[in-house]
Order: sequence, then structure tokens, then C-alpha cells
Amino acid sequence: MVETDILIIGAGPVGLFTVFEAGLLKLRCHLIDALPQPGGQLSEIYPKKPIYDIPGYPSVLAGTLVDNLMEQIKPFGPGFTLGERAETIDKQEDGRFKVITNRGTVHLAPVVAIAGGLGSFEPRKPPISNLADFEDNGVEYIIRDPELYRDKRIVVAGGGDSALDWTIFLADVASEVSLIHRRKEFRGALDSVEKVELLAADGKIKLIKEAQVVGLKGDGKLEGVSIKHKTEGEFDIATDHFIPLFGLSPKLGPIGDWGLEIEKNAIVVNTFDYETNIPGVYAIGDVNSYPGKLKLILCGFHEATLMCQSAYKIVHPDKKISFKYTTVTGVSGFEG
Amino acid sequence: MEEADNMIKVTVIDRDDTIHELDVPTDMNFNMMEICKSYELPVEGTCGGMALCASCHMYVLSDHELPEATDDEEDMLDQAFFVEDNSRLGCQIKIHEGLDGLKVKLAPVDENSL
Repeated sequence: MVETDILIIGAGPVGLFTVFEAGLLKLRCHLIDALPQPGGQLSEIYPKKPIYDIPGYPSVLAGTLVDNLMEQIKPFGPGFTLGERAETIDKQEDGRFKVITNRGTVHLAPVVAIAGGLGSFEPRKPPISNLADFEDNGVEYIIRDPELYRDKRIVVAGGGDSALDWTIFLADVASEVSLIHRRKEFRGALDSVEKVELLAADGKIKLIKEAQVVGLKGDGKLEGVSIKHKTEGEFDIATDHFIPLFGLSPKLGPIGDWGLEIEKNAIVVNTFDYETNIPGVYAIGDVNSYPGKLKLILCGFHEATLMCQSAYKIVHPDKKISFKYTTVTGVSGFEG
Repeated sequence: MEEADNMIKVTVIDRDDTIHELDVPTDMNFNMMEICKSYELPVEGTCGGMALCASCHMYVLSDHELPEATDDEEDMLDQAFFVEDNSRLGCQIKIHEGLDGLKVKLAPVDENSL
């Protein structure tokens, strides 16, 4: 169980910077993110793109900005729960919020700051009508333990690096691997494409291009997939597992059911301290909404700063807040 | 009625087949994704126009010549669903006078992802 002062949902740039502003006020933070690494959209979608509107940086690569933020917050030793999505929130009798993730990790804090951006990144699911029927019964979107596929037959669908890399890896684990891709060419890293072509030429995997999985077959458990080829009609492949790897896309997810005021997938907040309609729960960064809101990282930084001042009063209702400049005090971590 | 020099007409067919005739300025560096968003059509534009999400996927129905898709756009279309030969990313279609009469249809959003 994790106990902290401010529980931050979302470890993108705004969630990360919150740790700094909170730390200056001696408030401890813990972050939850569905991705396995911090940085949010910046590290997941566009790490190599330059950003031009971060104050003080004529140009900074998104990935570099994340590295800098991680360095900036290091003195405050934040905790991270990565690769897990916040599912439920409940107010406890002592006034703290209990947030549990989809893997059962429990977090307790008097303040929750939702810095969820566009939502948690989830696998893009192909438009197959009975896909949901086989989830966890042969269909997986994330490979947690490759041993699950040892000596099994698998079908991988997708054309990017993820599909190529996993096909190459699982060729030595599974008994049969088929890779299905809609187009004629793959667009992943050149040597991954070459390796896959080589594996196919050696008969170690089956490569089916210009085809898509259009249906799943099985009684409770997955037994096969129906494939539609661009020119050669439809046919079935018997299989134990189907792994669609079509990238990730953000979804607001369970946060939408937490009783917050939501407008167009964004959480409505006031502009004094960015608190939501639930006292003690704040929303900062791209995930919030208010008249005049701009979805800019720098706006999220500002919102995080003001929010922390308000959060302090909840964590330490009996203490007075004293406003200090870092040029005067420097930055010092927590003692002990 | 006099047509302003910098305006063109663009037709966008919604996912429920509603036809929207839009007046679009050519001197503001808009792309089709931004046009749809500013007219409140259901285009998410999740990545802000960086060809990184395919939420602005649309079919080009008119004959207008468009610049060839970049590698980035092709990469995204590779991962998108319901892709046809006339598929393009709206954020990569830059508005200029030559596109007067452009007609597009918004590509379906997969229900599994909703």
C-alpha cells in the first residue's frame, strides 16, 4: 500500500512538474501511469519532436524535456506506479482518497491530482465484431509473459515495430507463428523487416501480407481466426492466441466514471486552484477544461503550481503556508 | 453574392452520411483536420496534427491532386483501420485555392475502441 501527500494520476510533463512544486512546499508525491515509462505523450508519441513553446527553450526535444523534468524532481524522490491504470477512487473515513489500479495496487492520499492528459494509453483494438468475447481467452493486446505462448500456436497482426519485434522474439517460443499485415510492405525498422522476411523464408514463421483478420472462432476459448486476403478470398487459421498489435491510443477510461464533471472528455475545474467538483481532487494539464483553456504544457505547469498551494491547505490545515523563492531558499529534498 | 478572394468551398461527409458544405479560408494555413474541428465535426485530432494518431483519417472523394503522403503519414495509415486507396490523414491536407470543391468523407471510427 502506498501512502503519500499528493497522488498524481498521470506521469506526463505536468504530472512530473507537480512533484517539483509540491516538493518546494515539502509535500510528498506518488505518480500512477498506465505506460511503463514516465513522460506521457512526450515519451510515448513524439520523443524526437522539437517543442518550441517551453519558456526558456527556443527548441527542446520532447524526450529531453522529460529527462530534464525527471532530473528537476529527483531531490523530492517521488514514487511511481507504472504500467497500471487507476481504476477506482473512494473517500475514506479519515478524509483520504483510496485509489486502486487495475493490478490491485492501493494508494492513499488526502489530495489527488489528475494530470491525465488525453487519457491513459490503451491498445488500439481492430474492428472485429466478436473480439471482446475472446479477451483473456486467447486474445491479448499486451505481452506480459512470453512464456504464456511456449509451444502454442499464435497469430500476430500489425505492421509496425511492435508486431515485427514480437514475431521475431516469439518465433523461438511458440510452436507456430503467423504474422498478418494489411499492406504489402512493413514499415518497421529495416533490420526487423529483414529478420522477419528471413524467418518466413526459412519456414520458421508464416507471413501473410495484404490480409486482415476479420473474425475469431472458438467456443469460449479461441480456436482459430478468419482471414480475408485482398485477392485470395477468405480462409481460416487454427490458433491458440491472437495478438493484435496496432499501437496505442489515449482513452479517458475509468476516470469518466468517478463522479467528476466532464465536458468533451475533459474535467471541468475552477480557475482559482483547478479543483474539480470533488473537494481534494484536482485536474491539471490537458485533461482539464475551463473558459479560455489552452492545451499547452506551459499552461499545465502553471496550473500545477497554483494547485499545490491549495493542496497544502488540505494536507496541513493547521499550518501557515509561507511563499518562498527558490533563488532565496535553493532546492532541498526531504530530510530522512 | 460575391465570393471573398481567399475562400473556397469544401464538402465533408460525416460518418452518418450528413453532408456539410463548408466555407474555408485559404490564407490561414489550415489543414483539413483543423477545418473539421473548427466546424465541430467529430474529428478528434488527438495528436494535434503531427501525423501520429490517424484520428483525422478521411477518404478523398473528389479528383483534386494532393501532394504524395510522407513517410510519417504512410506509417500512420498502415496502422489505421478501414483504409482504402483514397485514404489520407486530414491533418496532412493543407488548404489552398487549388482545393476549391474538395470532397471528403470521414473514415469510420472502430467501435471496439470507443
